[in-house]
Amino acid sequence: MTATTFGAGSLVGVPVRRVEDPTLLRGEATYIDNLALPGALHLAFVRSSYAHAELTGVDTADARAMPGVVAVYTAGDLEFPDHTGMMQLNPNVVRPALARDRVRFVGDAIAVVVAETKAQAVDAAETVVVEYEPLAAVTDMEDALAPDAPVQFDALGSNVIMGAREPDGYDPLAGAEVVVRGRFENQRVAVVPMEGSAVAVVPGDDGDGHELTVYLACQMPHSNRNALATNFGVEPEKVRLIAPHVGGSFGAKHWAPEDIVAVRVARELGRPVKWVETRSENMIAMPHGRGQVQYLELGLLRDGTIVGLRCRIIGDSGAYGGFGGMLAFGPTRMMSQGVYRIPKIGYDCAVALTNLAPMGAYRGAGRPEAAAMLERILDMAADELDIDPVDIRRRNFLQPDEFPYSTVTGVTYDIGDYDAALTEALRIAGYDELRAEQATRRERGDVRLLGIGVCAYVEITAGGSSSEYAEVEVHPDGSATVKAGTSAHGQGHATAYSQLVSGQLGIPIERISFVQSDTALVPRGGGTGGSRSLQIGGSAALEASRGVLERARSIAAELLEAAREDIVLTDDGMLGVAGVPSKAITWAEVSTKASDDGVPLVVEHDFVQSGASFPFGVHVSVVEVDTETGRVVPLRHVAVDDCGRILNPMLVDGQVHGGVASGIAQALWEHMVYDEDGNPLTSTLAEYGIPSAAEFPTFEVAHTETPSPLNPLGAKGIGESATVGSTPAVQNAVVDALSHLGVRHIDLPCTPERVWRAVEDARAGTLPDPWREPPAAFATLRVRERAAPSRRAEEEIDL
Amino acid sequence: MAAPTNEISVAITVNGVVTEHEVEARTLLVHYLREVVGLTGTNIGCDSTSCGACTVLLDGESVKSCTVLAAQADGGAVTTIEGLADGDALHPMQAAFREHHGLQCGYCTPGMVMAAVSLAEEALAGDGGTLDEAAVREGLEGNLCRCTGYQNIVAAVVAGSVDMAGARR
Amino acid sequence: MIPAAFAYARAESLDEAIALLAEHGDDAKVLAGGHSLLPLMKLRLATPSVLVDVGRIPDLAYVRDGGDHVAVGGLTRHHDVEHDALLREHVPLMAAAAGEVGDPQVRHRGTLGGTLAHGDPASDLPAVVLALRGDIVVRGSKGERVIGADDFFVDFLETALTPDEIITEVRLPKTGDAGWAFQKFNRRAQDWAIVGVAAVGGSQPGVALVNMGSTPVRAHAVEAARRDGASGVEAAARAADGTEPPSDLNATSDYRRHLARVLVGRALDTVDTVANPGGAR
Repeated sequence: MTATTFGAGSLVGVPVRRVEDPTLLRGEATYIDNLALPGALHLAFVRSSYAHAELTGVDTADARAMPGVVAVYTAGDLEFPDHTGMMQLNPNVVRPALARDRVRFVGDAIAVVVAETKAQAVDAAETVVVEYEPLAAVTDMEDALAPDAPVQFDALGSNVIMGAREPDGYDPLAGAEVVVRGRFENQRVAVVPMEGSAVAVVPGDDGDGHELTVYLACQMPHSNRNALATNFGVEPEKVRLIAPHVGGSFGAKHWAPEDIVAVRVARELGRPVKWVETRSENMIAMPHGRGQVQYLELGLLRDGTIVGLRCRIIGDSGAYGGFGGMLAFGPTRMMSQGVYRIPKIGYDCAVALTNLAPMGAYRGAGRPEAAAMLERILDMAADELDIDPVDIRRRNFLQPDEFPYSTVTGVTYDIGDYDAALTEALRIAGYDELRAEQATRRERGDVRLLGIGVCAYVEITAGGSSSEYAEVEVHPDGSATVKAGTSAHGQGHATAYSQLVSGQLGIPIERISFVQSDTALVPRGGGTGGSRSLQIGGSAALEASRGVLERARSIAAELLEAAREDIVLTDDGMLGVAGVPSKAITWAEVSTKASDDGVPLVVEHDFVQSGASFPFGVHVSVVEVDTETGRVVPLRHVAVDDCGRILNPMLVDGQVHGGVASGIAQALWEHMVYDEDGNPLTSTLAEYGIPSAAEFPTFEVAHTETPSPLNPLGAKGIGESATVGSTPAVQNAVVDALSHLGVRHIDLPCTPERVWRAVEDARAGTLPDPWREPPAAFATLRVRERAAPSRRAEEEIDL
Repeated sequence: MAAPTNEISVAITVNGVVTEHEVEARTLLVHYLREVVGLTGTNIGCDSTSCGACTVLLDGESVKSCTVLAAQADGGAVTTIEGLADGDALHPMQAAFREHHGLQCGYCTPGMVMAAVSLAEEALAGDGGTLDEAAVREGLEGNLCRCTGYQNIVAAVVAGSVDMAGARR
Repeated sequence: MIPAAFAYARAESLDEAIALLAEHGDDAKVLAGGHSLLPLMKLRLATPSVLVDVGRIPDLAYVRDGGDHVAVGGLTRHHDVEHDALLREHVPLMAAAAGEVGDPQVRHRGTLGGTLAHGDPASDLPAVVLALRGDIVVRGSKGERVIGADDFFVDFLETALTPDEIITEVRLPKTGDAGWAFQKFNRRAQDWAIVGVAAVGGSQPGVALVNMGSTPVRAHAVEAARRDGASGVEAAARAADGTEPPSDLNATSDYRRHLARVLVGRALDTVDTVANPGGAR
């Protein structure tokens, strides 16, 4: 498919202001806690204070007697379906909705209190007495792999919930003149959408064919509805699931164990119930993100040419094998080749169960981890070979004429021009001047040194379901409605999709309604996630509007007594006859005619993209490192991201800003920390440092536009790209500032104390080796079933 | 001497309207606004006085309404996000947030806007000036957002501050 | 997010507050701005059964010229301390440090008396009062007493206040044209200090440290070295002497000691090179 050329009236590239905003700005949003549900009961959960323990007793008698309490349930009091979530990694690892006989992380739900008011529920939950028999906890993913580690699920025989290794004798480093090695931690972080999890359930017949209505803060209403239906053995069509306004999600809000409990309790009691997570609950119970330990070995020729990469990666799956652990196994491997020609990649991966919160998806979900390790090892190689970090990247870039490109890891990059993004980023940054200033500061012996970090990345978007639904209807009054199977929660789809439809049909945006996130109103949809929405859902809306236009032309031709081929959209949004300005009719007339004929002017379209798209970009970070205190101040951040053709640059830049902030935050501030017993130490926003405006400079955002050939918009995802690109740039910048002292690596997050210690160690000549041998457990993994390496890869192995 | 009681009656002027209710003494101002008065525009984003989502004006100044008891606001005047617009016309700060794309999911927005209004009012009341980028970044240190990276929030508040000053002239 | 239930009484006068506190003893807590207490109560880390709201007591929020000192009422909010012209002129260290507390919303509610009474070693202003050698005026059922800052902070979250005493005034010696500095090292602007330093020069030089022990602490060794004519660099080297800083999420105690030395050095450098230009900077 070739990208479409849009006409002047298309609105492509126009920063249309958001139609969503007035409601949100007036405080009229419908977040679940804002919904008025008459007679609703409130839930409060009793949660484990142990990371791993047998439950020997749960005494709810006092709680039941508290004022306003309607019921208190444990797993023994009521049967709950097990939680299967987004994905079950291993059938031997089952998560009950409420813990049955064992708790597996601090925050694991044990009992639920149902009361007339929120305060009553919370008060009563405090009185539930839980008796524990503590068990040894596994709180470190590498310790989990040790032969003597306490096994979490006996049926598994070890704590490896999934894993694979390359065959014996597979040597990706063969032929290398130099091998650079590093062990990198990609720390566990909390997602922290500003609104936590929330659900409200209204049981009973709604008079419209549903036996249950569920309001859920989520990203994928239809798949969450289906999960609910499966859990409870009801027909999906009998459940109406609505995602009202959702206060951010970033990959985290999916069908959760607490949601199962809410539905079960509402059905049991026959009354509406509501549960809105507190922040303290959210920090310990909402699945976390990242969490990998990465052992990287990069083989190169002395001129900087890469010959091979060996990765041994451990993913922290958390308790119950949260699906986020799988990200180390899947997407991180998939993207481990990055933007480079790497003839051979070995990738061994062990996903480990621990007694920490379950792991899930967080903005980037496996791809930031891939970029981080690759960009880190490349900087170490540049340092080792005394090549500029920019030059070593350029030397190994895949070239524009190589696309579509099949990677060693088995994915096909649609299109790319990596050097264009690099050139633009360096131009904006003023790379040579920055290097000169860095040298000056070093020569002067400044306390505050300059660090410059570069990250070139590629990521995968729309990698999951490749189909999406949209419907466009023009009503007899001339207004239009777009229905989308995607489910925006801050991204601005109402604006973007309306913009697309308006551009196609000439109907003003103010006259276009947007409908999403309600399974009763939208028949199907894949939801929003993996940066899939505009490219697939937007394309569906585009095609549906084109379908509407085609039908409209036929109708107009009939009404205007002209040839169908002569019917055109006029500048003032009517359907007219080419070359005959006096002959034109309105959308209202066309739609009315269609309705009168018994076939309303409505077109559905399911757009199917033939594969994932691969946005890319280059970020340059400039930091100042105080060598006396270790404090790092981000001075500048240049982001050049290529998401193909840009529909609404205002929305795109907004996504980049947020992504950059999240990525810098991972590099410098955020870390979900537990003590050795598995107690969370960062369980409020006072301890868990999500940054404020005061911590950031103004980001310098630009784009190259390399349209994807995979969809008519030429679009690729942008929701996660900047998160992928920013973290490594900042980490590299911090290390770069100290590289002349001999510092080779500082783990994420680059905290003041870590940075200070690196400086001290460098001066004392006691810098630790950035490498150590990975755990022996890798040898015990099953051998990966791999497709035969491609011819291209084979040829290049013999450099 | 007043004996301590678990229930108290409060009279708080909210967006110009006097509200009077008997509430539990432990009722936080944010719960009073949301659950007693029924104004749900003010959101709750944390439980440690960190995020600023619940920021409202109390007697003209920004406060985190999660860390003020309704009892403490008794007799005072509260302005919430619902009280900012003049009918159909958005307040200049609200309008600036829209113009500069200073919001995405919208959850932090009411608190962010109220904090911004307070900052801008203080600048006006002080030297009659407007806010520059540095003042805005520092001044919003108590308001967290996960969507926007703050870039457009900062731009919006700088512009909103100028527009507020202009509206006074 | 919901405090445990408690009984609430609003004191209309100081005497009434003291009587209420005397009656309810350890079960009662004083509520001023509430920005130390309510966060603990929302997480149910504090569950007092009685709150005595002193916030409406008249005439406890003020900044007055006391001749050789500036007198600040116990209920004076951080925001007002930060912007007060008298303090900016005569005790600029206090005005500047007040502007570093929390965030604007917190500064609109939190009070000087409240933060001192809470006695948190990680708070900014207790160290400032120590460095300035301020006096803390308290009233209780046994009358009024004046406690020197050095005698006020007893242990972790523990002060010399008896349960029925309330801070009515804080007296801060004017520092004239002496140099001063407040160094706050934290990771995010709104965070508590990992380590902080309050320093003032002049005839009564003072240096005190934030978050370097179970209480705000005076850097005795630094002050002694300064009295003996040591340079800023020499004196700063002794900043951690005698301290027992905590190890936590943000810093090990070793690192805190190091930070104290660096930050004291920077503070003294400012104290020595920048005389008070007649107001805050």
